[in-house]
Amino acid sequence: MGLTPAQPEVERSILLTTVDKMKRWAQKSSIWPATFGLACCAIEMMSVTNSRYDLARFGAEVFRASPRQADLMIVAGRVSQKMAPVLRTIWEQMPEPKWVISMGACASSGGVFDNYAIIQGVDHVVPVDVYVPGCPPTPEALLFGIIKLQEKITLGLPPKYLELAPEPGTKGAWR
Amino acid sequence: MNRNDPEILTRLETRFPATLAIVETVDQPTVAVAKESLIDLFRHLADLEGYTMCLDVCAVDWMPTNPRFELVYHLYHPGKFARLRVKSRVEEDGTMPSATAVWAGANWAEREAYDLFGIRFEGHPNLTRIYLPDEWEGHPLRKDYPLTGPRVD
Repeated sequence: MGLTPAQPEVERSILLTTVDKMKRWAQKSSIWPATFGLACCAIEMMSVTNSRYDLARFGAEVFRASPRQADLMIVAGRVSQKMAPVLRTIWEQMPEPKWVISMGACASSGGVFDNYAIIQGVDHVVPVDVYVPGCPPTPEALLFGIIKLQEKITLGLPPKYLELAPEPGTKGAWR
Repeated sequence: MNRNDPEILTRLETRFPATLAIVETVDQPTVAVAKESLIDLFRHLADLEGYTMCLDVCAVDWMPTNPRFELVYHLYHPGKFARLRVKSRVEEDGTMPSATAVWAGANWAEREAYDLFGIRFEGHPNLTRIYLPDEWEGHPLRKDYPLTGPRVD
């Protein structure tokens, strides 16, 4: 009682930060992906949650069946013309802020499917934050993509759809 | 093991002498028939010969030639384990008699041929697109359909 001065004790036990930094840390540590497996890339996306790769280490293992509970959409596979409106609707149903990872060659550019049925890159439909190359990408590559997204969130960079918004502050207005 | 029934070719030839032709194949008995007598042949095959299953209806686009489209029906005899192939041609602006009255299972296969080739089947109960969106323009498996997809950008 009164033997230790109050000042050094407080300095030892209290960490100062900003609310914004705290929020970003919380966001990047709990990215919940929506399940959007469209093709063979989905198999690699599933294995990333298994114990060998263990996406839970990065707080992103909780794949949600409802877009209302998801922050991240991993588009894993080729998007057909018929699927595009569905994908867009599900993306619009996700609460903000939200991010999109385009996984693999087909989602990023159409891949080998340069034909009438396949959208030549999912960025024609939704704004994409991180592109993961590969056919299919290895689970390590998808992990790297998610870590890149975490870095982006930590730095406080806005999601792609806000970047593309016509005026700053106009939320969700993309194209 | 080949359990097909090659004798059916001669039986069909005597039954339909004017409109039926035997096609040389390596795998299974095949006949080509004019589309006018197609349903008669199908009734005969299903009711009297016992080919009670229609496995698939395929379409081929032989574009420069006329008639343009060829329908290939694969039939199956569950008792004999025998297969039979029937081919028939139809013009681009013509209609094909629907096999749904003989085999109800031809329904979706014919819708697929309509969806991707634009072949119209007369007497089909629900001739609408099956794979592509309803508002789609054109029939993608036709030879004159653009090879690469529409660019959004």
